[in-house]
Amino acid sequence: MFRKEYLWRGIITVCGILVILLTLSIGAFLIYKGSGTFTKYGHSIFEFLFSPQWSPADNSTGGGKVGAAIYIWGSVCTCALALLIAAPFSMAASIFITEISPKIGTRVFQPAIELFVGIPSVIYGWMGLTVLVPAIKSLFGLNHGYSVLAAGIVLAVMIFPTITSVASDALRSVPADYRKAAYGLGATRWQVIYQVVLPAAKPGILTGVVLGLARAFGEALAVAMVIGKMRAFPKNILSPTHNLTAAIASDMGGAMEGGEYNTALWTMALLLFLISLFFIFMIHRVSAKGGEADGSVKAGKKR
Amino acid sequence: MKKLTALLLTGAMIFQAAAGTVMVSAAEEKVEGSISVSGSSALLPLAQDAADKFKEKYPDVSITLNAGGSGTGLKQVSDGSVDIGNSDVEAESKLEKEQAEELVDHKVCVVTMAPIINKELAEDVKDLTKDQLIDIFTGETTNWSEVGGPDEEILLVTRPQTSGTRALFKEFALDNNEEVSGSALETDDSGTLLQSVADNKGAIGYVALSYLVNNDTVSTVSIDGVEPTMENTYSGDYPVWGYEHMYTKGEAEGAVKAYIDYITSEEYAEQMEAQGYCVTAKMEVTR
Repeated sequence: MFRKEYLWRGIITVCGILVILLTLSIGAFLIYKGSGTFTKYGHSIFEFLFSPQWSPADNSTGGGKVGAAIYIWGSVCTCALALLIAAPFSMAASIFITEISPKIGTRVFQPAIELFVGIPSVIYGWMGLTVLVPAIKSLFGLNHGYSVLAAGIVLAVMIFPTITSVASDALRSVPADYRKAAYGLGATRWQVIYQVVLPAAKPGILTGVVLGLARAFGEALAVAMVIGKMRAFPKNILSPTHNLTAAIASDMGGAMEGGEYNTALWTMALLLFLISLFFIFMIHRVSAKGGEADGSVKAGKKR
Repeated sequence: MKKLTALLLTGAMIFQAAAGTVMVSAAEEKVEGSISVSGSSALLPLAQDAADKFKEKYPDVSITLNAGGSGTGLKQVSDGSVDIGNSDVEAESKLEKEQAEELVDHKVCVVTMAPIINKELAEDVKDLTKDQLIDIFTGETTNWSEVGGPDEEILLVTRPQTSGTRALFKEFALDNNEEVSGSALETDDSGTLLQSVADNKGAIGYVALSYLVNNDTVSTVSIDGVEPTMENTYSGDYPVWGYEHMYTKGEAEGAVKAYIDYITSEEYAEQMEAQGYCVTAKMEVTR
């Protein structure tokens, strides 16, 4: 009995430590690889983040330009647009599932949404390429349909299930007492949702939004297929651009190992890593803050 | 006595010859083991096909093929994680000098890069001079009407900066002029590029001839009146071609040698041409 206790405790501790080590070593490796742009090839961080001049030398002598601003801006634009499209739909869907029609919601709607999560990103990309890109082309009378809009829509479809399921979990965890109390005071259903349930679930909903955003930022394949990969700032949402993940994916195989080009790509990978760290940090901040500001929710949960 | 000696000699010769055949066939049967290949995606279809045929001949050999790009192939063969590294470019351009010196180059075939345009457009545009081509790819010319086509905006569809196809096209078709970057759609692979050109009327791009063998959704364009064909590549009239390299670390031996020998053999040459790759031995010009 005693031995079993320690054995399992040991195994779980080792697993936990391994996971932590793995994350730390990935971070350390990215810093080691990615810092070369600034140390070995002597570029400034300012140049990397804000210059649109991208022409790193594909050799170890260096001397090229490593301004990744177009890629960074491309990532930001597409993700922002995706969020703008997905967030309202996700909110509506999660409210429907938890408040309006819990029966249909949990039996039909939620499983359908969860099915979405399992669809590989290449399929989203391919559908985008064959359906969305030609549709945008003919709808707006463009030369071609590769655009920020296409990427934003594809990403929106991809992050919709993430945000919806986290948000509906958050809504569901709002204690029933709140609702009953509000109804008891004569509130309508809309008033209950808008003024009681949503504010109480705010931290959880925001967590879902940030998680969705993190997924959108890290998505490479699907975006790469529809964004057009033109190295220019997008003029509007109908023009093509490039983004961080697509740039890494398209050049990593061809670039010389340890060369300036390769190192600059690693720096972009490091940047993506830092961005996702930032998102996770934000999730923690948001949920911590929510707990403090609305201590009653926590108390309610505990019961 | 003389007769006897002759008889003996003949006998010995026959025996030797027989022994020789026995030894050869024994050596052929001995080809076994595993070969790992990675690198250039332009060379992958050929390497794959040759591997299939090679395995029919020598069932004891297993061959693992991976794409990943020329840079990856060269790096992996250099650090010993694969036996053969496929590359569109010379090892010297992607590796440190000391690393490149350890590798042995096998120029297994020649690829021809052809400018391609949309079929609809090809009714009016069949030939471009090199200067026109350079102007188009550097962004000087932006409308097809400037080069004798219809009034249609030019849409450049290109490959990433590190692509071997792009490097070849830049060197021999564009006389080393850098492609304009702010107005071209980049595609990771030639298959997608073909699709983009087929879908957009004003599009122009470039692919290896091997991608056009089973594809008639796009049209090739002649450069200075010379069509991008295998015959014109062999004769040296068409300039945009390059060797495909298979690199081994040190001299190839065993199954790896047999595989490379098989690809470059006359036996395989016809099959190679059927897939759109030029046979190195048939080239009348060299680089």
